Amino acid sequence: MLKINNLHANINGKEILRGINLEIKAGEVHAIMGPNGSGKSTLASVIAGKEEFEVSEGTVELNGEDLSDFAPEVRAHKGVFLSFQYPIEIPGVTVTNFIKTAINETRKAKGMGELPAKEMLQMIREKADLLEIDRKFLSRSLNEGFSGGEKKRNEIFQMAMLEPQLAILDETDSGLDIDALKVVANGVNKLKSEKNAVLLITHYQRLLDYIVPDFVHVLYNGKIVKSGGKELAYELEEKGYDWLK
Amino acid sequence: MELKEKLVSSFLAFENKGNIDLDSTVHAIRLNAIHNFETAGFPTKKDEEWKYTSLNPLLKNDYSLFPNAEKSVGFKNVEAYLINDIESYTLIFVDGVFNSFLSETTHEDCDVCVLSSALARPKYKMVVDNYLNKIANKNNSLAELNTAFVKEGAFINIPKNTIVSKPIQIINFSTGSEKEVLLQPRNLVVVGENSHVQIIERHQNLSKNTTLTNSVTEIFVHKRAIVDYYKIQNDTNESSLIDSTFISQKQQSVATVNTFSFGGKITRNNLEFYHEGENITSNLNGISILNEKQHVDNHTLVDHKSPNCESHELYKGIYADKSVGVFNGKVIVRQAAQKTNAFQQNNSILIDDGATINSKPQLEIFADDVKCSHGCTIGQLDESALFYMQSRGIPVKEAKALLLYAFGNDVVEKIKIPQLKSLISKLIAKKLNVQLGFEL
Repeated sequence: MLKINNLHANINGKEILRGINLEIKAGEVHAIMGPNGSGKSTLASVIAGKEEFEVSEGTVELNGEDLSDFAPEVRAHKGVFLSFQYPIEIPGVTVTNFIKTAINETRKAKGMGELPAKEMLQMIREKADLLEIDRKFLSRSLNEGFSGGEKKRNEIFQMAMLEPQLAILDETDSGLDIDALKVVANGVNKLKSEKNAVLLITHYQRLLDYIVPDFVHVLYNGKIVKSGGKELAYELEEKGYDWLK
Repeated sequence: MELKEKLVSSFLAFENKGNIDLDSTVHAIRLNAIHNFETAGFPTKKDEEWKYTSLNPLLKNDYSLFPNAEKSVGFKNVEAYLINDIESYTLIFVDGVFNSFLSETTHEDCDVCVLSSALARPKYKMVVDNYLNKIANKNNSLAELNTAFVKEGAFINIPKNTIVSKPIQIINFSTGSEKEVLLQPRNLVVVGENSHVQIIERHQNLSKNTTLTNSVTEIFVHKRAIVDYYKIQNDTNESSLIDSTFISQKQQSVATVNTFSFGGKITRNNLEFYHEGENITSNLNGISILNEKQHVDNHTLVDHKSPNCESHELYKGIYADKSVGVFNGKVIVRQAAQKTNAFQQNNSILIDDGATINSKPQLEIFADDVKCSHGCTIGQLDESALFYMQSRGIPVKEAKALLLYAFGNDVVEKIKIPQLKSLISKLIAKKLNVQLGFEL
């Protein structure tokens, strides 16, 4: 599904990704771990198409199609979803209106009509229940005044609504207490299928107890220095990152 | 002939032509005003209050001062500019002349009618004598010019203890029957004790010809009365508006003016609140969304003279292309006005490099036990917010519009008439050139 070949990316000339190779197949869960500044969030942003980063070499392909020339919204329409480490507050736009706009714009891009209001409402309720989100929460301004946990839960709610092929969860566990983490992980697990894939980006092994990866990769200094099964996460938890340098 | 000379020399003809039986007070007011205008002339950019707005492009036109040939205007011509889905009183003026066919006036619980008849009828002499030209700023030469030619406009007289059940729409149309026309509507609004009224004012050019409107509104808000006033400024690029609105408030009254500026060539709003009593609340809100070479100048004044009053001011602006915005918010807290709460906020977003905002908060505080604040921000669209929205599949154009919508939302939220709120939302969407699947 996702194929990253020799990806190099820089910001203002400072190289952050230095040749990443990664292949994710449908139905798989991959985790990328690594110390601060190793390029984890950059990788997530580059896949999602953030224009601040310049891709100097290499490609990102989704289902065999090179994403390089596509704007972030086009990538989203093709099935890429990025859950933000720090979701942005948008005062004045409610959660419901935001997700409605996102869904209908995505449908428009696919040549489909708007989702009938009734179906939209039903879907919103269903997914909100899945993530144990209070209905009142949906009429609040997007992320404004949300706690860290609420923001992350809201990200996964949006993911549930948009049903992406590839979900990239950037530090979704940070700022979550253990109960919230369980709810979020449970949501992700329920949404996982043979047709989609998940890329987890995390510092800690903790999240991986709840969303179990098929593969773990260690990113260090802009490169994947080690890949393995889920046991690699425990090894990292125990030994830290130093032994890989 | 220069416009000033033309106006001054037309004055006598105007006075003589007035075949309505005016009492001498009105003549005296007019005469005094034309003298003041003649002495002061039009303001120039040398005048501190006009530093950022030049009237020169407007003054070179050869305006017809008294358009005579009124084009026939039917409901279908003006329908689009009225809020039709609510019951309302309407005062419709076409090229400065009242159109009774399109209007709905009343004399039942209150008077919603026209100034020309109020000036002529003995019944209203007391009201006219007590209120006409009593708070219009005599240092404002354009208001003086309007006063010199005072004749027609809305006359709204609400007795005490009256809740006016329907909003009042005042709409001034110009039809382009002359190539260039100067209109000078004059509105007088008196709201008695414990009464409540909602007023919507709009100016609309129906043609491609040039219109300059020099409008003056005086509003008197008595004890515990509530006035909600909305100004819709969405005129054509051939139309300019100088609006001077003066509000006098008595104790415990609440007056709110919301100004929506989306169109017009040059728009200048002089909005002045004068406090005459304690526990008064004044609210001033505005949104300007401009593009091309549009220019909107919001000059506001809140004059706190008595203790325990408050004012809340929030102006937002979105400026694209080569548009220009001006915000000059003056708050005076006089020595007697202890325990004043005065808040002012002006936030602007510049979308294009060629756009300009001149923002000038001006606080003059002479009392020592007050809470006053002002804030001014000028920024651009938040790139990270745009990326966030794009990453959810919202195209960049819609994402920008949504952010701008959201930016203006707290002003839109203050609209208390749902149908008007919906209209303003639609005007904003149209101005931002997007179709959003919902209303904020």
